[in-house]
Amino acid sequence: MKADVVVVGAGPAGLAAAIAAKENGAVDVVIIDREARPGGILRQCIHNGFGLHVFGEELTGPEYAARFIDRANALGVRFLTETMVLNISPDRVVTAVGPATGLINIEAGAVVLAMGCRERSAGALMIPGSRPSGVLTAGTAQRFVNIEGYMPGHEVVILGSGDIGLIMARRMTLEGAHVKMVLELMPYSGGLTRNIVQCLDDFGIPLKLSHTVTRLHGRRRLTGVTIASVDKSVVPIKETEEFVPCDTLLLSVGLIPENELSCDAGVEIDPVTNGPVVDSRLQTSVPGIFACGNVVQVHDLVDFVTEEATRAGRAAAQFLREKSTRRGWKATAGRGVRYVVPQTLCGDGEDKTLFFRVNGIYRNCVTVARCGDKVVARRKRPICAPGEMERLTIKGADICGDITVMVEGG
Amino acid sequence: MEKRNLTCVVCPLGCAITAEVEGDNILNISGATCKRGEAYARTELTDPRRMLTTTMRVKGAGLVPVKSSAALPKSLLLPSMEVINAASAEGPVRPGDVLIADILGTGVDIVATDQS
Repeated sequence: MKADVVVVGAGPAGLAAAIAAKENGAVDVVIIDREARPGGILRQCIHNGFGLHVFGEELTGPEYAARFIDRANALGVRFLTETMVLNISPDRVVTAVGPATGLINIEAGAVVLAMGCRERSAGALMIPGSRPSGVLTAGTAQRFVNIEGYMPGHEVVILGSGDIGLIMARRMTLEGAHVKMVLELMPYSGGLTRNIVQCLDDFGIPLKLSHTVTRLHGRRRLTGVTIASVDKSVVPIKETEEFVPCDTLLLSVGLIPENELSCDAGVEIDPVTNGPVVDSRLQTSVPGIFACGNVVQVHDLVDFVTEEATRAGRAAAQFLREKSTRRGWKATAGRGVRYVVPQTLCGDGEDKTLFFRVNGIYRNCVTVARCGDKVVARRKRPICAPGEMERLTIKGADICGDITVMVEGG
Repeated sequence: MEKRNLTCVVCPLGCAITAEVEGDNILNISGATCKRGEAYARTELTDPRRMLTTTMRVKGAGLVPVKSSAALPKSLLLPSMEVINAASAEGPVRPGDVLIADILGTGVDIVATDQS
């Protein structure tokens, strides 16, 4: 079997990439997803707040997904659902298995990786104590409540103040649970400020910064957790330990790009983002394999995923015609910056938008992109926090060497 | 005069808004970067409202996600949840179908956001 473009994952990134590939001349575009219905994690994100940048209105997750699913269907994108990609070879043969097709090999003109990310789970935290039921990730709880229709618990503590944790604090409260507190290891929240207001403040749920869980209690079911505040080096302070009875602990402690398939394909991974190293056309280190969305870097907003994926889909269609593997200048993180995506800027004269995250809280600072000594982009920021992705756009004509992104002042 | 600090929840930007109020009078609103933010600050100070999103049972077909057609008074969020959780819709449900009209006499409908 052959296809022009094979997209792995039918979430927001995969949908937008497939649509863009079709619109830019790719004829046979296939999206493969292991779920029965396309939409990815948007299907369980029933809250609103999606689409303000792309559509100028606020949609719920399912509504946002439907816009792209309808468009993809209208364009004739082929969906292979309930189908699992097992392997992608460096020469772009995609091996997948599903009930409708059995085991298949698809020779792809270009591949777009859009597998998204998964949540860091309890095992990764190594919290001392027993291993009872009732400890689960916020996203798993979200699926249970919003799709399967049952409540995972009644007395709830949430560890981690990422957006999914905050959203689930409100969701569980609305469904009648008692959310006792949200604990955050860092001295600042990892979630959007508006989610702290509308998900915690609205319901009187306390957010305890610089706090963590130091022990799990209970044999069959969780009966409580020991919490403690942490010092400046995020080490728990023994004297502050306190027992909090609860039957459920939700974890919202970070997202990890899902790159097993990328690694098997020989794609180079950035050790900071845990996603593929990409150029400004979202091409990975393997020619003809592109990547977009949360598989590349964990985004704050789905709208930005859509934008990135649209560029990846367009570039994949272009690759079918040009087979270009243009490489150019490097973009690297300087003072105060944790990472920059894309890591390579194609020398194609087009304007480039760099996405990056800062490594701490900076007030009244300026984010700057420098090409040698020359400032090629700058933006005044009243506040920069690691939880909110930053961006700088550089004019194509100004890029004449490697770029460093940094925070000045603050 | 009293200063109130608000965080706008209209969009993910989350603008920090400062309002100067004296009794029931709003004297000045600053910090919003769009008109919707200013309007948000005004209602937040007088009649705080929030969108409600949840799920509703569909007879014989599990759940369907729903939303309020407009923001509901904050104090009616939990009472609205009770009405929605006590109800079940006749399937099949299409996105945009009104499943509960005029919930609690607010003039706001509960609308499906996906198919059942």
